[in-house]
Amino acid sequence: MLPLAAAGHLHGPHIDWASFAPFAILGIGALAVLLVGLLGPVARGRLVPLLTVIVLLASIGDEISRLDHPASIISGALSVDGLSLVLGMIFAVAAIACVVMSLRGRAPVAAGHGEYHALLLFSVLGMLILVSATDLVTLFVGFELLSLPLYVLCASEWMREGSLESGLKYLVIGSVGSATLVYGLAMTYGATGSTFFHQIAASMSRHGLVSDPLLLTGLALVIVGFAFKASVAPFHQWTPDVYEGAPTPITAFMATATKAAALGVMLRFFDIAAFAAHSTWAPALATLAAITIIVGNVGALTQSSLKRLLGYSSVAQAGYMLAGVVVATRLGVDATVLYLAFYLMMNVAAFGVIVAVQNERADGDELSGLSGLGARNPWLAWPMTIAMLSLSGIPATVGFIGKFQLIHALVDGGYTWLGIVLVIGSMISLGYYLRVIAAIWMRSPVPASGPGLAVAGAWALPEAGAVGLAPIAGGSPEADELDPPGAPGAGARAAASAVPYPEVTFVAVLFGAACIVFGIFPSPVFDLAAHAGRAFMGLL
Amino acid sequence: MTLSILLWVPLALALVASLAPARLAGRAAVVWSLITVGIAISFVARFKTGVAGLQFVTDKVWIAPLGIHYKLGLDGLNLALVLVTTVIFAAALLWSSFREWERPRTFYFLFALAESGVLGAFLSQDLALFIAFFDLMLVPFYFLSGIWGGPDRIRATTKLVIYTLVGSFFMLVGAIATGVLAASQHHTPITFAISALHALPLSHTSQIWIFLCFAIAFLVKMPLVPFHGWLPDGYKAMPIPAIAVFSAILSKVAAYGFLRVLLPLFPYAAVHFQVLMLIIALVSILWGTVVAMTTPDARLVVAYSSVAQLGFIVLGIFSLRTQGGQGALLQMVNHALVTAPLFFFVALLAARAGGSEKLADMGGIAFRAPVMASLFLIVTLATLAMPGSSNFIGEFMILLGVFNAKLPIAMIAAAGVVGAAAYALRLYIRSMHNRVGPKVTSSDISITDATVIVPIVLIILVLAFYPQFGLRRSEPSLDATLAPTAAQLHLPPPGTSATASVPARTAHPGTTSTTVAQAP
Repeated sequence: MLPLAAAGHLHGPHIDWASFAPFAILGIGALAVLLVGLLGPVARGRLVPLLTVIVLLASIGDEISRLDHPASIISGALSVDGLSLVLGMIFAVAAIACVVMSLRGRAPVAAGHGEYHALLLFSVLGMLILVSATDLVTLFVGFELLSLPLYVLCASEWMREGSLESGLKYLVIGSVGSATLVYGLAMTYGATGSTFFHQIAASMSRHGLVSDPLLLTGLALVIVGFAFKASVAPFHQWTPDVYEGAPTPITAFMATATKAAALGVMLRFFDIAAFAAHSTWAPALATLAAITIIVGNVGALTQSSLKRLLGYSSVAQAGYMLAGVVVATRLGVDATVLYLAFYLMMNVAAFGVIVAVQNERADGDELSGLSGLGARNPWLAWPMTIAMLSLSGIPATVGFIGKFQLIHALVDGGYTWLGIVLVIGSMISLGYYLRVIAAIWMRSPVPASGPGLAVAGAWALPEAGAVGLAPIAGGSPEADELDPPGAPGAGARAAASAVPYPEVTFVAVLFGAACIVFGIFPSPVFDLAAHAGRAFMGLL
Repeated sequence: MTLSILLWVPLALALVASLAPARLAGRAAVVWSLITVGIAISFVARFKTGVAGLQFVTDKVWIAPLGIHYKLGLDGLNLALVLVTTVIFAAALLWSSFREWERPRTFYFLFALAESGVLGAFLSQDLALFIAFFDLMLVPFYFLSGIWGGPDRIRATTKLVIYTLVGSFFMLVGAIATGVLAASQHHTPITFAISALHALPLSHTSQIWIFLCFAIAFLVKMPLVPFHGWLPDGYKAMPIPAIAVFSAILSKVAAYGFLRVLLPLFPYAAVHFQVLMLIIALVSILWGTVVAMTTPDARLVVAYSSVAQLGFIVLGIFSLRTQGGQGALLQMVNHALVTAPLFFFVALLAARAGGSEKLADMGGIAFRAPVMASLFLIVTLATLAMPGSSNFIGEFMILLGVFNAKLPIAMIAAAGVVGAAAYALRLYIRSMHNRVGPKVTSSDISITDATVIVPIVLIILVLAFYPQFGLRRSEPSLDATLAPTAAQLHLPPPGTSATASVPARTAHPGTTSTTVAQAP
């Protein structure tokens, strides 16, 4: 009774639906994709990815059109500004790359095209909400909306043990992270009495809460929660395992988009809400960044699986990018967003090559699978080479510009020592990035130990499992698409798998070329990153 | 014609050439490298002697938010080095074009990338651009060595790249700190243009740590003892044309970096660390000489002789005197011109000694190869700085500079001059004379190989008679470079009375140092 009566007096917040469009496009698009996925098997295999890409392109277009018109909507719970729009584009580009890379992968077939792509879109929506949030509750909603679809997507190749393990591991650890985060948010609210970032900031500086134990505990827990998501050491242990087990396109999406989302929200939370306590959290975060850089780079040195290697590398890169959060200057925001955009290019190029090689041979994820790639397939060898050179920060690639700007921000912000740690980390990283290049160009090919992972090659394997497990997977209507072993189609498709995968190769070449082009002419990306920095105008 | 053309011609033409069939790749590479030599000569011809400032300046904003400019320019410091770079690259490519390489188009493309990278490093007048090229020029050598190198190439190449990039990363921090601190200490917008940074001197403490960041990068690249850990393996792994270029040219970029960046921008630190740098140079001279005298491997004789020679160059630079600097610049050119043919000779000797580069397997090769023996002798005598050679003048001026600065160090360094004679003659005698090696089947130098080596030998001879060519052009720029450190040392500004100790100062300012050099 009371709730009903109260509802009469409660006024919903005013929603500016026009400014809400970036979120609406993704949400409605996700639902549409889910529905189209119910159509016939032929239609959904082609139509669903196409529709997904259209939705993502539409959201990018919408975000570009809004760059110069920042708005705060839903009573200040969401801020559609440069930071969220630019990061939104990064999420969407990562998602498009993921869709293209999984066109002929096993995951969408196993999970159902509609479900797979709709979950991807929901995850993008969650990321966008997360980085737009200027309110603790909205922040947490975004955080969960980002995470839950990813747990499922990691496990979407449900016939492969590794994928299930990856999904479960991510779920358990992700939940711990979420729990820690929400605890920290609650304490922050308790200490400051508001959920809105600006009011939190105001009451921090007004009431001298900077040394308040409740607030500091809250901030510490928030750092831990975000650290889980951004795979900042020592909360990174899940990263290599989950990256290795998840379907490779999803790994690529997680490595680029999730990282961007986690760092984006850290930028906004720490540099706006908790700015008054900068002197308290910045040294802690800087220490974490230093640990992350060292742990990630040293961890990657001994890896033979490329996905694990890139997993550790992504840990290290998270450490680099934290630099921009630590200094809490506009230059720092610019540098982190710039690096996120560059990081997207480098990683998609690298993961694209892994997907293509994996499609051809079972050991595509292993370093040995790349042996002799330079002679075998230069179209894949060059993007990987460029990605590795770029990740290690060689000039004429985006990695150099990105690191330059990060060190610039650090020296400018008085954290030169962290800049030195960053450089030392880069030196260690040469040890493994060069190993990949050496395998590609300087070692002779190793014969493939088995057929590739593409639908045609390896899908025959769990036929019994497909029948047995089909009901568990929600009565997957896709079961009929799977070729039973020995069926006429299997042989034909296996032969077809011998040709390289043009769409995946295209993605790898495109992003590899972007690493060079924007490494030489970085101004457009600088301009984009400057939009993000503008969101903090007058705050820092 | 702007310097951008000179800078990008190798890469652009090589890209075009990579469309041609693979069997023509070698010839195409010779053509584009000779075109580059021609362009470089045209710049040298139009260069105005006696002017200190930059000429042919190209200055465009490259990355506006970072204040990085695409600024190129020629002055006395880099003029001769640019010319010699194009010559050595042309020689190495000519040498390569007579031999078979797997995947030739990639091979020659990487050389083009290397040449553009090196020229970029020499021409850059912006600190960030300099570092970008400095690192970039290493990348092609990673591939050249890793793909076409000898056995154990992957480990050796990885070691080389890690060593040198470790130095470069420190330099990156140093450069960014230079830009940021100069801007914040003087409240100006951030800039990395070297000429602009001249006017924004840093505080002494900043200078000291930034100097060390840069110095490590340069010392590793050269390399000098104790930063030479990559050298034996790295040099043994590289194919001959790559190592000829690497040893002749890339080491000079580092030495040039001291003059272009460190002395003018961090004069306080340069004076502060003068003795340290002189001692490092001295140790390198002695160490390099001793190892070159004892190593059984012909290639390593040349490699360690380079360490000793680069020690002399650094000695000259850190004498912080005009004569020493002039000698260092001259010696950079000289060393490039002798070391590249020496590596070619090592390959020719190995081809006649059953493929072995061990001195023990060589011997008696001169008997059936008189022309080769004569050419080799000229290069050897130039290497050991025979009086009359340009190398002699270079080393003499270096020692003169150090005598004026730190007498004891100069006295010990003079021993290195004697040592050079010992290792150079040892290489020559053990390979060309002595008893005939067990597997030696000697034959004279082929016409094709002679077309590579004879022109370089001719240049060596010309330079021996006319070293003023480079010295006259470099002196005003060098005086300007050394002015800040001279002020730190309370010396009279170079170019006015720094050469007052010179008795026969002629009316022409450019000939001063040369007069000194040839006086004894």
